[in-house]
Amino acid sequence: MSDIKLAEAPPGIEGSGFFATSFDKVVGLARANSLWPLPFATSCCGIEFMATMGAHYDLARFGSERPSFSPRQADMLLVMGTIAKKMAPVLRQVYIQMAEPRWVIAVGACATSGGIFDSYSVLQGIDEVIPVDVYVPGCPPRPEAILNGVLKLQDLVRNEPMRRRNTEEYKELLNKYGIQ
Amino acid sequence: MAKISNQELVQKITSKFASRVSAFSEPHGLLTFETSREAIIDILTFLKNDLDFNFLTDITGIHYPEQELPIGVIYHLHSMRQGVRVRIKVFLEEQNPVIPTAFNLWKGADWMERETYDYFGIQFEGHPDLRRILNMDDMVAFPMRKEFPLEDPNRVDKKDFFFGR
Repeated sequence: MSDIKLAEAPPGIEGSGFFATSFDKVVGLARANSLWPLPFATSCCGIEFMATMGAHYDLARFGSERPSFSPRQADMLLVMGTIAKKMAPVLRQVYIQMAEPRWVIAVGACATSGGIFDSYSVLQGIDEVIPVDVYVPGCPPRPEAILNGVLKLQDLVRNEPMRRRNTEEYKELLNKYGIQ
Repeated sequence: MAKISNQELVQKITSKFASRVSAFSEPHGLLTFETSREAIIDILTFLKNDLDFNFLTDITGIHYPEQELPIGVIYHLHSMRQGVRVRIKVFLEEQNPVIPTAFNLWKGADWMERETYDYFGIQFEGHPDLRRILNMDDMVAFPMRKEFPLEDPNRVDKKDFFFGR
């Protein structure tokens, strides 16, 4: 008997030869368990992420088997490390290049708030330039904390309505950052 | 070639430039003196060509707001063959400080002067491409000047309010 744990089926109506549930839930299930991460690592949090990706902590257990190094094929942007103000347009460009649906995790104190670098040259949190879904605290956070952040994001993804990306609220959110 | 002593250097520099150099000192054995913007290129040329200071280690700036001439430009030269270093300081006025470029003597002065311009706003006359090098292009201030607040004014989580002050 294999001990591979499969994702649980969403609640629905079951009978002989059929299973009915809402499309939202199926899509959410599929998306949540196959998030392709794009690591945007600029400093020590990136080193912790390397451990997270490695065999011991193994982010692949949660469906993020393939780190994408092209924003075009990634769903989950992980920003890890200090983002200098000069780097901000680059980060924004990477975010814009990602296709919808896309999610962002700010890993560590620097990406979240600028951290100890309260300085003229450092962006005081990446949410000044792109919208963020999950913040992972720590300086740097341990791999467990990063995994926890990914699991939190999976919850968001699993429960996200299909139409969210077409709503006025979402467009307004992007407009706030000057992204079409 | 024997290592040239600081005394010999002082003697050679003063005999050529006399009143155009001043404030000789040797903190930690490093010969240091001041000069003016009019003399700096002549002195650098003399040190490079006649006294064998072939390497420009660094150009940097400093800001002493309490001085009459608050903005300083500091040159570090190194003679690789003799193993001797000197430090030359030039002080300038705060409003629109201008100094001739050392680019024609050492190509390496290019980025050093751009950095000094970036942080202190010192204009290097004759520099081929004087623009910011480290900070973002749309920055308006010169962040190493003492009047510039080091902390980012947009930051809200360090307000006294959050610490019951």
